[in-house]
Amino acid sequence: MTQLALVIDLNVCVGCHACVTSCKQWNTSGWAGPMVDENPYGADPTGTFFNRVQTFEVGHYPATETVHFPKSCLHCEDPPCVPVCPTGASYKREDNGVVLVDYDKCIGCKYCSWACPYGVRELDAQQKVMKKCTLCIDRITDQTLPESERKPACVLACPTNARLYGDVHDPDSEVSIAIRERGGYALMPEWGTRPANHYLPRRKTYMHVSPEELQRADNPLTKEDLTVYTGEETLDDVTW
Amino acid sequence: MKDPAAHPDRDIGHTEVKETTCYMCACRCGIRVHLRDGQVRYIEGNPNHPLNHGVICAKGSSGIMKQISPARLTKPLRRKANARRGESQFEEISWDEAMDLLTERLGRLRAEDPRQFALFTGRDQMQALTGMFAKQFGTPNYAAHGGFCSVNMAAGMIYSIGGSFWEFGGPDLERAKLFVMIGTAEDHHSNPLKVQISKFKRRGGRFVSINPVRTGYSAIADEWVPIRPGTDGALFLALIHELLKVGLFDRDFLIQYTNAAELVIDDPDRDDHGMFYRDPETPITEGCTDPQNKLWWDRERGAVLTHTKGADPRLMGSFTLADGTPVKPSFQLLKDRVERYTPEWAEGITGIPAATIRRLAYEMGVTARDQKIELPITWTDCWDNEHDSVTGNPVAFHAMRGLAAHSNGFHTIRALSILMTVLGTIDRPGGFRHRAPFPRPIPPCPKPPNSPEAVQPNTPLDGLPLGWPATPEDLFVDADGEPVRIDKAFSWEYPLSVHGMMHNVITNAWRGDPYPIDTLFLFMANMAWNSSMNTTEARRMLADLDEHGNYRIPFLVVCDTFASETVAFADLVLPDTTYLERHDVLSMLDRPISEFDGPVDAVRLPVLPPKGECRPFQDVLIELGGRLGLPAFTTADGRPKYRNYPDFVVNYETSPGSGIGFLAGWRGEFGDKVLKGEPNPRQWEQYAANGCVFHHELPRSYQYMRNWNKGYLHWARAHALTRWAEPITLHLYSEVLNRFRAAALGKRPGRRPPERLRERIATYFDPLPFYYEPLETQLIDKIRYPLNALTQRPMAMYHSWDSQNAWLRQIHSHNYLFVNPQTALAQDIADGDWIWVESHLGQVRCMCRYSEAVEPGTVWTWNAIGKAAGAWALSADADEAKKGFLLNHLIGEELPTNGTHSGVPPFSNSDPITGQAAWYDVRVRISRAEVQEPRISEPQFPPMRPVPGQASRPRTRWQAYVAGLFDRH
Repeated sequence: MTQLALVIDLNVCVGCHACVTSCKQWNTSGWAGPMVDENPYGADPTGTFFNRVQTFEVGHYPATETVHFPKSCLHCEDPPCVPVCPTGASYKREDNGVVLVDYDKCIGCKYCSWACPYGVRELDAQQKVMKKCTLCIDRITDQTLPESERKPACVLACPTNARLYGDVHDPDSEVSIAIRERGGYALMPEWGTRPANHYLPRRKTYMHVSPEELQRADNPLTKEDLTVYTGEETLDDVTW
Repeated sequence: MKDPAAHPDRDIGHTEVKETTCYMCACRCGIRVHLRDGQVRYIEGNPNHPLNHGVICAKGSSGIMKQISPARLTKPLRRKANARRGESQFEEISWDEAMDLLTERLGRLRAEDPRQFALFTGRDQMQALTGMFAKQFGTPNYAAHGGFCSVNMAAGMIYSIGGSFWEFGGPDLERAKLFVMIGTAEDHHSNPLKVQISKFKRRGGRFVSINPVRTGYSAIADEWVPIRPGTDGALFLALIHELLKVGLFDRDFLIQYTNAAELVIDDPDRDDHGMFYRDPETPITEGCTDPQNKLWWDRERGAVLTHTKGADPRLMGSFTLADGTPVKPSFQLLKDRVERYTPEWAEGITGIPAATIRRLAYEMGVTARDQKIELPITWTDCWDNEHDSVTGNPVAFHAMRGLAAHSNGFHTIRALSILMTVLGTIDRPGGFRHRAPFPRPIPPCPKPPNSPEAVQPNTPLDGLPLGWPATPEDLFVDADGEPVRIDKAFSWEYPLSVHGMMHNVITNAWRGDPYPIDTLFLFMANMAWNSSMNTTEARRMLADLDEHGNYRIPFLVVCDTFASETVAFADLVLPDTTYLERHDVLSMLDRPISEFDGPVDAVRLPVLPPKGECRPFQDVLIELGGRLGLPAFTTADGRPKYRNYPDFVVNYETSPGSGIGFLAGWRGEFGDKVLKGEPNPRQWEQYAANGCVFHHELPRSYQYMRNWNKGYLHWARAHALTRWAEPITLHLYSEVLNRFRAAALGKRPGRRPPERLRERIATYFDPLPFYYEPLETQLIDKIRYPLNALTQRPMAMYHSWDSQNAWLRQIHSHNYLFVNPQTALAQDIADGDWIWVESHLGQVRCMCRYSEAVEPGTVWTWNAIGKAAGAWALSADADEAKKGFLLNHLIGEELPTNGTHSGVPPFSNSDPITGQAAWYDVRVRISRAEVQEPRISEPQFPPMRPVPGQASRPRTRWQAYVAGLFDRH
């Protein structure tokens, strides 16, 4: 069975929020929309976002790491939000593993958001229905789009290509290879939710310069006379 | 719900897709705008665009919210007769009335004294037109925002290597192995840089970030090297010291392509001390900026002309020419200069351990030397040497405002340019690479006017409004050596202020120094808020009356798209369009979007009709030019020459028959010429058919070593990019600077600075870089103000534009002062506390946020988030006004006088060479606000009222945007 998912490369994410607003603009006018904003021009503005970037610091100065961490529905293989739904609004698609909400059935009871250990469900406070990342279901299943565009809006937007997208059940897919070869990990595996989305860790490149590398026969300094004799007295003139 | 798979999105409503160019920031990515029933449904990156290759950022993805913003201005407005400036009380007027009013007033000023009209513009990317309008009008008082942005970066590098970062050049990360980024915020060249950094990291490149703050790009650096603000120059000089000491410099590159081996006269008693020795017998290209009549000291033959075949010149030593002139290669002078700049010395200034500085120098030097790139590309240099490959040293740098916005920034950036040069990385693979029209001569040819006679009634300005002084004779001063421009640019106070000094216009005009003006016309510049230093005072000056009860700045015109803070102060408001509603050009005459491989320019095409009565500012200027009878905008019989901007762009030539126009692509009668060619009436259609972008890829042999690449330079001359095909020798040693110093020391015939400025010029016009403490820091009590305060823009916002954007403001609705916990704890300040931040000018109240990602001597905040209450159509209690704050209130536009009054107005708080605003020099102290104090930011201003024509729809709690349905009932 296909399981579509995102693999997010923390090694290159710079926290620019392109994924946040490209998601919003696609989905607010799409199948999963609208994505309402509350107090859009007033105090305490807030609104529905299927994808948010959290930035936090790790360690103490000067050994500080600043981490940008995009978060959205992880499309769990065993999603705890589905069985708790009293109306069957919350469901996992069989053809591609995407977890969705049918707004027509949703009664806004929030059981699913309590069940979700990742806090990625967003209650539309105006319509009183639960909304969430759909992996842009109306893009990825739209056969009228060219194949190169049949991807979530966030994936297409991301300037650092930090969001890989594909079938994590296909061992030869880009995402499976990335998870396998670059230390991809799932969030909070102890919950047994088996998130489909994965994260790739930071990697560091170091350089070592050995002392020998500073001593070269072709050192350009050897081309310049380092001293000039201008007639001043030396030990060679006065000792015997 | 319906099955999403069964209902393609494009079947909902009437769908159209139009291509244009983004302007949510200054990157200028190609975009495809999807419309549904005439409303924007989706904006995506254009995958075929050479700049962004399909990606788009948070701002670009939020263009929809710009379009529907309630802050949109939609009608021309006039201040009500009985209202005061700043009260935001306006009445609607028609465009005819507005244009009549402007024509009458400006026509009178032009006939009497064109200086009385000052035109200053923000980050507009249409300087080709605005500058031309000012020149045609005849006023010297024109500039864009470069003086308070990053002119040090442009000038420091262009006066050294003939090119600069961002539009004009950048790091070749495709081939670099080591990338060092210094003082870079996250808003410049943002998408291309993000794309390149991520690819670079994935290829295993090593990325070092040197910055007081670790955010954004720095977050993914392999190593973060925190540095104290304003000390980068000390770091670069120490790195150069170490590279020279150990022998990690590219000797061949320095000899062939820089003035390192060229002989400088070394006799302090002679008038020509510090100038290159020039052989009078050698024929030179007349008028060329840097003629090739200089000498090397060949180890066998002694003095020889530079580039004598077979010569092997000395880089070091001290020699005497046959006529008895003592000389040294300029490299020896550099070595002498950096002798004292040891890593241990720099450690005390920068806060970076000496061992780290040494290690960084070795990493750079060894990578440059041992990982040399060789590309199988043949090319010919200017001296007719054939090369069968292009080689490069893969160490790349990028730097921006963190270096520039200090009063020592010019020399800091000269030092960086020299560091890059010593490593042999200029226009070579893996290093720094130019973007057309750069490289240009050092300095480029255009000059500002050089005397008050250049300004005459009813006559265009004699010279370009901005230019590149090469000698004191190029300064725009009067017979006493005093400024002609209102901002004092190109005067002896700030001789190389090549982008003007917009940050001093309001203060100078208010003070009447050097003279009062009548009309200040601001286009897209928020000078009553985040684009002014000392903002509280700037607002007071804009509304200040003289002893007769008249405004000290009599008439203020503001053209903008949004109800900014500045609009409240206008006498006349002109509503501009958004980027989706107009034609634009991103012109080779201004700041194009060229790639390393060749020139690129682009256009915007209107995707939507203008809102309300909005008119593109370009159309307004062209109509105004016609009405005022400015020669370039009128026919011989005095009628307007152009219908509108698109008509102008196609038909205008810089001079009759020059073949140079605003757009470089598809020129000539048949659209088959590039860069130069007759006007092509179908040019807009050609751009439309090609994704709104023109990209001319150069042959590979012209893509590198362009300063000295004979084929490229002749191609550039043939296509009117440059005047000379002479090699552009890199200026390790700046003879240009020495000319100004010689004038100050009385060692040069011609112009001399006024007495009071001689020491200043002699000090700062040093032909070699040196480190000095920022000017304001030298003048204030460092014990009282122990902290440096910085601002930077977040990636999701650009300038002050985006607080009116309902989506982007949810990412940053207010700003904190970020403080290292050890610094905060010393003042008993807890995370989240309200605090006072005080500078020598005053204080602001804001909230403190702990951050371990900031050097403890630095505090910083996001710029341009805090807003004046009611501005930008936000409610008076919006977070931006009550929790957000503006640091600018603490930053002086002039240097502190410490109570002394010499009768002479204070110097601008700027770099003494370029006039770059020294935003980042400000020093502060912080203290906890008392618990009983109100928990809102200070200062506060009376809320700005909405202006007529602002969004009519009711302010509701909810806003749900769905394309095709929004606001349609």
